[in-house]
Amino acid sequence: MSQPFRGLIPICRKEYLHIIRDPGTLFFALLIPMLQLFLFGFAIDTNIRQIPTVVFDESQTQASRDLLQRFAASDVFKLSVTARSVDEMYNAVRSGKASVAIRIPYDYDRHLQDGTTAEVQVLVDGSDSSVAGQAVNTATGVALTQSLARVLPDGNMPIDIRPSLLYNPAMRSANFFVPGLIAILLQVMIILLIALSLVRERERGTLEQLTMTPVAPLGLMVGKMIPYGVLGFLELCAILAVMRIVFQVPVHGSALLLLLMSLPYILTLLGIGLVISTKAKTQAEAFQLSMGTVLPSVFLSGYIFLIQNMPLFFQGVSRIIPATYFIRILRGIILRGSTFGELWPNAAILTLMGCAAILLAAHLFVRQRA
Amino acid sequence: MTPPAQAPAITASHLTIRFGQFTAVDDVSFEIGKGEIFGFLGPNGSGKTTIIKALCGLLTPSSGTGTILGMDIIKDAAEIKQHVGYMSQKFGLYEDLTVQENLDFYAGVYGLKGPQAAQRKNDVVDLTAIRTYLNRRVAQLSGGWKQRLALGCAIIHSPQVLFLDEPTGGIDPVARRTLWDLFFHLSGQGVTFFVTTHYMDEAERCGRVGYIYLSKLIAIGTVEELQHLPAANPPDTVRLQIDIPDASQNLAHVRTLPGIQEATIFGRSIHALAQHGQLEAIRDALPQAHITVIEPSLEDVFVTLTLGIMEKSK
Repeated sequence: MSQPFRGLIPICRKEYLHIIRDPGTLFFALLIPMLQLFLFGFAIDTNIRQIPTVVFDESQTQASRDLLQRFAASDVFKLSVTARSVDEMYNAVRSGKASVAIRIPYDYDRHLQDGTTAEVQVLVDGSDSSVAGQAVNTATGVALTQSLARVLPDGNMPIDIRPSLLYNPAMRSANFFVPGLIAILLQVMIILLIALSLVRERERGTLEQLTMTPVAPLGLMVGKMIPYGVLGFLELCAILAVMRIVFQVPVHGSALLLLLMSLPYILTLLGIGLVISTKAKTQAEAFQLSMGTVLPSVFLSGYIFLIQNMPLFFQGVSRIIPATYFIRILRGIILRGSTFGELWPNAAILTLMGCAAILLAAHLFVRQRA
Repeated sequence: MTPPAQAPAITASHLTIRFGQFTAVDDVSFEIGKGEIFGFLGPNGSGKTTIIKALCGLLTPSSGTGTILGMDIIKDAAEIKQHVGYMSQKFGLYEDLTVQENLDFYAGVYGLKGPQAAQRKNDVVDLTAIRTYLNRRVAQLSGGWKQRLALGCAIIHSPQVLFLDEPTGGIDPVARRTLWDLFFHLSGQGVTFFVTTHYMDEAERCGRVGYIYLSKLIAIGTVEELQHLPAANPPDTVRLQIDIPDASQNLAHVRTLPGIQEATIFGRSIHALAQHGQLEAIRDALPQAHITVIEPSLEDVFVTLTLGIMEKSK
């Protein structure tokens, strides 16, 4: 065909009118992701603090109170329940009132005086693995420092490890999760909006009318992509502003580079939305298919779970998920201040994916209208 | 009633379209002259829309060929779209846009620009008399006005051929009449119409009519030609109008009379196809009825043709 993009400008203009005429869509597009950002941004905190802890102190001595004080001072444990028997202690854990139980035996002080090993029992509810891990580590740490303090009363440690955390020194969860969340929110919004827009035309019969006009398939598709791409880009800017101002996540790299590198991701999402729109017959179906893309992106993109820890098969899957690459770009620029030179392969892969998705959508569209 | 004298505007020659095992259009041929209003009738699913899609270049026929204004429907598919207009009962309008914005959109889609676009939009607005509603959203228009706007959008690029797929479905008789007046006006300017419809009165307004049944074109011609088709008037039969009190109660009885081949209610009387030789017997059996011999209506013709084919395929 001589004019592969025929009809692009009128479609673009018409789509813009649809968007501004439909406050519902606009609300959905701009406000819902923002609400989700606030919700998730505040809710997700993987730093474990204040684990409810039950204490059964049989010793009731100065030494035992001193030890418990150390546990409390770690900020990891919250000594919220006091048990008077072993049964009471177990019950507190079983009922969920406490996740950790600390039992100091009656002979604790005597062992310390004798210079023999004093045993302190720490029971950890293993049903939440991250809580359990943190509890075990901290308890061991408390015991170790307490022991060393006894062995080396002058306080001079033979080895002093001084860890220094690069990029996220405060270990704030928001710094790690909010950049990833941006990729997910953008994905939900863009794929859904563009897919619905095309399926709506099919449902209402205007698509049939368009196929009778000289509008070219690419003209139709790209004409729809531009307004929704712009909308997605504006939403990205808004989300980034909230991240910076509300969640106080510093951007270590170039914000301009980040915005530039978001373009291939947006392109890919638009392409996926178009492919979905050729498969879905109703808006409800388009909605389901769009939502179906979200779960893999949440779990297999490295947003929550480290890709290196996944079984090989899922590592392979993560490689075909666009969010994987954009999350790398986001975290790279925001957290580590990465440069174009380090991140360009991710952007290149996204660009290829985007073009492939659009061509596939155009192909499916032409085949289907027959 | 102009027979195709000049070069035909639309031709189909042995057009066949298969979807897998199913033959949607089976060896259909016809010619439609410039400025003609051609009515295309047939039950739902008989292949009407498929033929329109093929003629507009959206479907490649499995075999056979066709032309629009001398252009080949396969080779020149892209060019054809610029010269044909299409309107369906689904309107193809954007309800959340205004009348003006819909016209702007379709003018843009057909590549109209500047003063030419303004001129065409103005002409179409005048023709459809929709100027008072220009800034109203389409969702707020009545069915009749939507239909007029749909026609306006379909002719914005001055097409010489218009395909109308059940254009008057679900609108009131006055709006239908107005729309048909527009069709005749355009036809007078040389625009060729290809109209599918289920309404017999609309079919009777058409210069020529085609009837498609089970993917085959089984009759084509002017209304009079169809009324005198041998297949619609089996030998030794006569079509009767039986004026009888309480026609609907008597229908079952009439159907049992000797020599009656088909009978149906028509207004307050019964229309029947009867064997010529039994005419007197029928008159005797219905002494209270007033019986006259009539010409078949277009509906009679199609029913007889359809029953004839069903009879054969048994």
